[in-house]
Amino acid sequence: MRYLPLTDGDRREMLAAIGVGSVDDLFVDVPREARRDGPVDLPEHLGEMEVERAFAAMAARNLSTADVPSFLGAGAYGHHVPAAVDHLIQRGEFLTSYTPYQPEVSQGTLAYLFEFQTQVALITGMEVANASLYDGATACAEAVTMAARITKRKKVVLSGGLHPHYREVTETMTRFLGIEMAAAGPDWRGGEDLASGVDDGTACVVVQNPAFFGHLTDFAPLAEACHAAGALLVVVVTEVVSLGAVRPPGEMGADIVAVEGQSLGNALNFGGPTVGVLAARQKHLRQMPGRLVGETTDVDGRRGFVLTLSTREQHIRREKATSNICTNAGLCALAFTIHLTLLGEVGFARLAALNHAGAVRLADRLAGIDGIDVVNDTFFNEFTIRLPKPAVAVVDALADRKILGGVPVARLIPGRAELEHLLLVAVTEASTEAHIDALTEALREVL
Amino acid sequence: MADVDATLTGNRGLALEEAVIFEQDSPGLSGVDLPQPVPGNDRLGGLGRSGAIGLPGLSEPQVVRHYLRLSRMNYGIDSGLYPLGSCTMKYNPRLNERLARLPGLGGLHPLQPISTVQGALELMDACAHWLKVLTGLPGITMAPAAGAHGELVGLMTIRAALEARGDARKRVLVPESAHGTNPASAHACGYAVESIAANVRGRVDVGALKAKLDADVAAIMLTNPNTCGLFENDIIEIADAVHDAGAFFYCDGANFNAIVGRVRPGDLGIDCMHLNLHKTFSTPHGGGGPGSGPVVLSAPLVPYAPLPMVERRGDGFALVEHAGDSSAHPLGRVKGFHGQFGMMVRALAYMMSLGSDGLRQVAEDAVLNANYLLARLKDTLSLPFEGPCMHEVLFDDSFLKDTGVTTLDFAKAMIDEGFHPMTMYFPLVVHGALLMEPTETESKATLDQFIETVKGLAERARAGDARHFKDAPRLTPRRRLDETAAARNPVLVWRPPPPQAAE
Repeated sequence: MRYLPLTDGDRREMLAAIGVGSVDDLFVDVPREARRDGPVDLPEHLGEMEVERAFAAMAARNLSTADVPSFLGAGAYGHHVPAAVDHLIQRGEFLTSYTPYQPEVSQGTLAYLFEFQTQVALITGMEVANASLYDGATACAEAVTMAARITKRKKVVLSGGLHPHYREVTETMTRFLGIEMAAAGPDWRGGEDLASGVDDGTACVVVQNPAFFGHLTDFAPLAEACHAAGALLVVVVTEVVSLGAVRPPGEMGADIVAVEGQSLGNALNFGGPTVGVLAARQKHLRQMPGRLVGETTDVDGRRGFVLTLSTREQHIRREKATSNICTNAGLCALAFTIHLTLLGEVGFARLAALNHAGAVRLADRLAGIDGIDVVNDTFFNEFTIRLPKPAVAVVDALADRKILGGVPVARLIPGRAELEHLLLVAVTEASTEAHIDALTEALREVL
Repeated sequence: MADVDATLTGNRGLALEEAVIFEQDSPGLSGVDLPQPVPGNDRLGGLGRSGAIGLPGLSEPQVVRHYLRLSRMNYGIDSGLYPLGSCTMKYNPRLNERLARLPGLGGLHPLQPISTVQGALELMDACAHWLKVLTGLPGITMAPAAGAHGELVGLMTIRAALEARGDARKRVLVPESAHGTNPASAHACGYAVESIAANVRGRVDVGALKAKLDADVAAIMLTNPNTCGLFENDIIEIADAVHDAGAFFYCDGANFNAIVGRVRPGDLGIDCMHLNLHKTFSTPHGGGGPGSGPVVLSAPLVPYAPLPMVERRGDGFALVEHAGDSSAHPLGRVKGFHGQFGMMVRALAYMMSLGSDGLRQVAEDAVLNANYLLARLKDTLSLPFEGPCMHEVLFDDSFLKDTGVTTLDFAKAMIDEGFHPMTMYFPLVVHGALLMEPTETESKATLDQFIETVKGLAERARAGDARHFKDAPRLTPRRRLDETAAARNPVLVWRPPPPQAAE
């Protein structure tokens, strides 16, 4: 029992100090019929080596993106994470600390969260950001309830370019709050009209840039239409690296930005944990959910950081809080921040440019294959192609050749014939020329 | 601060000052070497970014030093005793970190073909199996991202089940000792929240509860062991009353560490309970997350659990991602992708390491350690409720009466002695609460040092040395911070200093 420091001698001494004969005497308040005398029906303890072998065996039954060409995206992206990131986040002082409620012994966490908030505000072009939420999809749901609180309205318009998981999570999480959701159909060609659905009962319109299908949109006209009707514009960003190359939502008039930050610093982790975050206008600060770190001074006049505006939060306000969130994604936010600090102004722009250039190259190559249409005119590092066959079957055939060829749209939006042949293909800086060659060759074979 | 300690740099030996990254900008530097992209046509459609972002440029060694210095301004479980009540700050095994980073686990994309992730689905299924057996409940959703998220998802599952039988109901009962997340979650599920008083023994007043139970109550949310560190010994009677009223019994599983392997919540009549993998199951708190909050469910709730679900099919595993693929009436999706898989890896590694025998020992040692603190501190501090306690022990501030020292001051003095403070001013049912949860991963020697320190400080407070406490902490990177000023004029992002005005 390598994790348990008490010896049998310690236990005896402690029981004597307590004045009971056995540890069972400490469980007397548990109803007799619910006390179990023996262990539950599960295996007994194992050494580190045995556990490691069991996990290696399970890992071996998977095909890792680390080992084969991968063009998977759709809200989760396989970027290269510098070695320093993973080393630093495993410092025990970061890894094993709690929420920084005691600021004098948490200046490390508070300082990096302040840096995180600043970085997020800068790259989104917004004025403030919170200290993280669970993920992009739940951040989107929080943005919607925040907009409903600000506008005191109940109608919400969801773009057909919004990631289907984000739409579903937003619908589920607001289901019992009387919010009226109007979700547009899948906008795989781009160019949907959302402005005409905005009226004086609309709390917000939720769009995504780049869209789930990859295309880019200037949302400035939609922002104007929203503001004219007293509604807010919520912009979702599922590929945060795009902000190194694409005009940020803040410059298009967004009021709230919901971001999935996994691409910076965080592994794919089969989809979780990742890091969500909200950025907003300063005037909406007090309706923001989640933790906020603010600058202040200590009694000696030195700069320091604290959690602030906690009167919005559940531990103070209970049922009147702006959200029930408590634990967020602190360590994933740290990974994000360290990665972005390593990149810096020059590196972030170059990373984005590399992603885009790779995607352009692949799009050009795929457009040259008979039977494949590249659907998008515009994109960042991910685009939609139409195949001559159902995309699920093509992806399975590619997987048999040890290539993870992309995400079939039908995986996320099943049951629509017009989407069955569509495949999302993503490129990152980790995609090599050899990977691109392998994909194009394999596609020629399987089509 | 005495002048004799002043230094030219502001550093004090190993305690190093550190500016924020924005003040260390060398424009043009980057800590990542990336190739220059091959120039070509862009497909951004005229929506390219124009102008600088404002991110600072630093090299890799500067970045590593920066974050290392910041880390040293933090206290973690690895540093020492972290007796935060209701937070279960136990040791986070490093094996779990290694396993979560295996390329065949950490390198999996959530939307790979199902045939290429059979090992991952097996792992999720195994983790779910352990949690179901430990809790004695037949169903589970692995989707929720944290404890509070699990509470909300659990309540939404309850509401969906009630609505399906045409009986939505309007109220949720929450004891006044509950975590703030409980009423906030009930509200986020569209319910009115009604508080239930505690009795003189620090438990739910069963009479008061029964008086409020009627056909409009959807659920009761109870924490057990409760936030006073006490087991609700009337729990089976409570469960029966809740079920007789047609309501569901939600249990906040934050304190499951006290009973893991010894008591199964299913045997207590509980219908729904979240498990904080970052508490009982040792995944790191990480400065506030990420967590994971699977929710175990009784049979009537299972059909209404959210998506996705892992199902055994033949000798493999399937992932049910859409309502149409399910024979039940799933709630819908509550989080992107499939839950906090990386946390499930760590939690399963922890459970397999300890096994059924070790987990039982965890509960016993956690309860033993807390009762040892109770026994040795009850004559020094003031105990509002008689023991035995479970995994945490609650004191109030009456031992500080007339000393001029508050619970907060006392906690800050603990910091100078090298301990993380206990939970303060929670639960709200006693005045000036001090809630201590040592966990099972602390040695007797550590507890003895803590006990002697608390005794020494209590004596100092009673001796009239309030100044010592008011000035604490003195030995930390920053001393007490002005939280009022921070809230009055919120500065949440760094801004460059204004240019010096010409005189």
